[in-house]
Amino acid sequence: MFTDMLTIWSASPALSLAIWLVIIITLLYAGRPHAHQLLRSTGRAIHGTLRVASGSIRRLEERVINRNNDVLLAQGREDAENAIEREFTRVNTIVERDLSQYPVLHRKLTETLEKIETDYHNSIENKPLPPAWQEVMDTIRNLPSSGDPAVANILENIKEVVENSHEQTLKAYQDDTNERHGILKSMRPEWRSLNQNMQKVQQTITGLEDSAKTIDRRMDEYESMRKGEDKAVNSLTSSSLTQFFISGLVLTIAAFGGIINFHLIAMPMAEMVGGNSYIGSMPTSDIAALVIIMVEITMGLFLLEALQITKLFPVIRNLDDRMRKYMGIAALTILVIFAGIESSLAYMRDLLALDREALTQSLAGAAEAESQFRWIPSIGQMMLGFILPFALAFVGIPLESFIHSLRTVLGLVALGVLRTLRVTLRLIGGSSNHLSKMLVNLYDVFIMVPLSIERMVKYRLENASSVPQETAEAETVVSAAEEVEKAEREREAAASKSKPQSKRKSRRQKTDEDELADEDLSLTAGEA
Amino acid sequence: MTHITDTKMRAALQGLRLITAVLLGWLLVGCGEPTNHSRAAFVLMDISGSYAAERDQARRLTNYLLSQLDTGDSLAVGFIDNSSFTERNIIAQVTFDERPSVASQQKRIFQRRVIGFMDNFQTPSYHSDITGGVLLARDYLEEVDAGQKHLFLLSDLHEDVPPRLERDMKLNLSDVQVVAINVKRQRSDNENPQEYEQRLASWEKRVEENGGRWALVNNMERLEKRGVLR
Repeated sequence: MFTDMLTIWSASPALSLAIWLVIIITLLYAGRPHAHQLLRSTGRAIHGTLRVASGSIRRLEERVINRNNDVLLAQGREDAENAIEREFTRVNTIVERDLSQYPVLHRKLTETLEKIETDYHNSIENKPLPPAWQEVMDTIRNLPSSGDPAVANILENIKEVVENSHEQTLKAYQDDTNERHGILKSMRPEWRSLNQNMQKVQQTITGLEDSAKTIDRRMDEYESMRKGEDKAVNSLTSSSLTQFFISGLVLTIAAFGGIINFHLIAMPMAEMVGGNSYIGSMPTSDIAALVIIMVEITMGLFLLEALQITKLFPVIRNLDDRMRKYMGIAALTILVIFAGIESSLAYMRDLLALDREALTQSLAGAAEAESQFRWIPSIGQMMLGFILPFALAFVGIPLESFIHSLRTVLGLVALGVLRTLRVTLRLIGGSSNHLSKMLVNLYDVFIMVPLSIERMVKYRLENASSVPQETAEAETVVSAAEEVEKAEREREAAASKSKPQSKRKSRRQKTDEDELADEDLSLTAGEA
Repeated sequence: MTHITDTKMRAALQGLRLITAVLLGWLLVGCGEPTNHSRAAFVLMDISGSYAAERDQARRLTNYLLSQLDTGDSLAVGFIDNSSFTERNIIAQVTFDERPSVASQQKRIFQRRVIGFMDNFQTPSYHSDITGGVLLARDYLEEVDAGQKHLFLLSDLHEDVPPRLERDMKLNLSDVQVVAINVKRQRSDNENPQEYEQRLASWEKRVEENGGRWALVNNMERLEKRGVLR
């Protein structure tokens, strides 16, 4: 078919091919303006459409960002409010516990101070100092005896009396000093008690000061969140992601625990519900085991909710304290019952496994071995069966964190997807635009021979006819270009004054204008 | 704050709807045509002529099947002799209880009965009515209505029907997998191996023409590798 077509003009393929080429090039030259228009308009249309789509995605992206920030800040505010409330409760507890006893403490301090003051006064009411007996004694000693034994005797007696009086007075003074020392000594426990009381007060005040500092910090964070600052948003996002990964890890561990628990009770469950019935493609015994585990987890969630550790169910949270207490007791009771059931099932599993092992040995023709220390795995399985439900009951805590942080993570994922989509659309649009330009040039490459002839003819015609007019035209063109440039500068200045735009926006606009300017291909003389 | 709470409520309701839809879908899938998961196996052993000496293979096969079958499955052991299409040809049959502990007891009893038959066996039969045995097994397998039906044929597949018996009939082995085990070669097969191949091919053709699936496992160890009863 192709060969027939090729040799339609001549028997010689080369000649025929040449004729075909001439025809094709002529046709392409004739249809050049339309082909150029088709290629460029298609490129521009794809580019424009994808730009519009990209713009829509950008707006959607901004909405998602705002929405994510709103949710994040709302959660952060809620958490900060709770934290501040908790700190205030702590302060209240300190005030109620310690400062409510402050009047008693104050009275105790006053009494101690009064006692110390009294003792002090008692200690300063000292006896008068002994008189200057020494001078009297020295005077008597220095009196001239004059050799009269009577005078000497009298003087000796006086000296003795004075000495006795001096000794008595000194002794009285010493006793008084000892008494004052005793009073001061009795003040020591009072000082100690006073010191202890003051330390207590200091501790209380320090605790209050720490709480006040924490409250201040929380309040600063809250303020930052309220203002919607980037710092707060970044901090909350980071915190949310950390929570997501940590809670995800803990949930994975809990899932493994659940699988162990499932295998512990699935086999003996067949003994209770039968091993031959199926729901769908799953044995009923397996489903029953799963249901037991799920119910245990649910009871754990209710228990944690009733204890106000988690806040997953507003209905339970809004119950009054008494009802919540009853609910907690009911959940705990059911959990204990299920743990007991699991423990017995684990024991039954051990018995069944033993029986099956014995049967297998019998079928294999081996003698049934006496197993020693069988009670150790039995007790181990029973304990595992009892403890695992309680361990699974705590899954509510990481679950709550996971659910709360999942919103942030999903928001970030959605944002990432939108951003990737936008970039892809921009890339495709830009590529299609450039591709259309490339195709236009490629088109001209195919028809370069007639185009060259056209240029040559045109050049000669122009040279022949319009040499005198060239100068005038050139001047006109230059002045027109200057005017246009001036007008554009004025317009730009006016626009920048009337509409102050952000740097980014103006840059984007400039880029768009450049692109559009690139798109305007000037028509050649042939196209014209 | 109220706005956020409303949004949360809306999201929670949407999540609830999604969960309900998934659960309903799962229930609809579950409530479809119930799949029969039970299995049934019939061991047919040849006690005619020289093949009677291969009784130990039957014992091994029975033990293997007892270890593989579980609650709700069925197992029967029969033998091929002069006239095999009678109730007396069934040595033991059982459908295991739903409770694993009871099923274990049933397996022990079953094993004792098969061993008792093997131990008390004395005289091999002169003829071998394989078709009668296959018909007996087919009736049993149809009766238990299991999801998977297996017929284990322990024989040299050399049929020697007494002239008084009419065995030229259709077997109707639809959905039954026939597994020929330990097909022993006879002395005449040594002289002309083509006879052995023809015998195997004719049984394969007969089984497949009657809607069954054919498998040949000469070595008992390969039975597990072939994935029979899985």
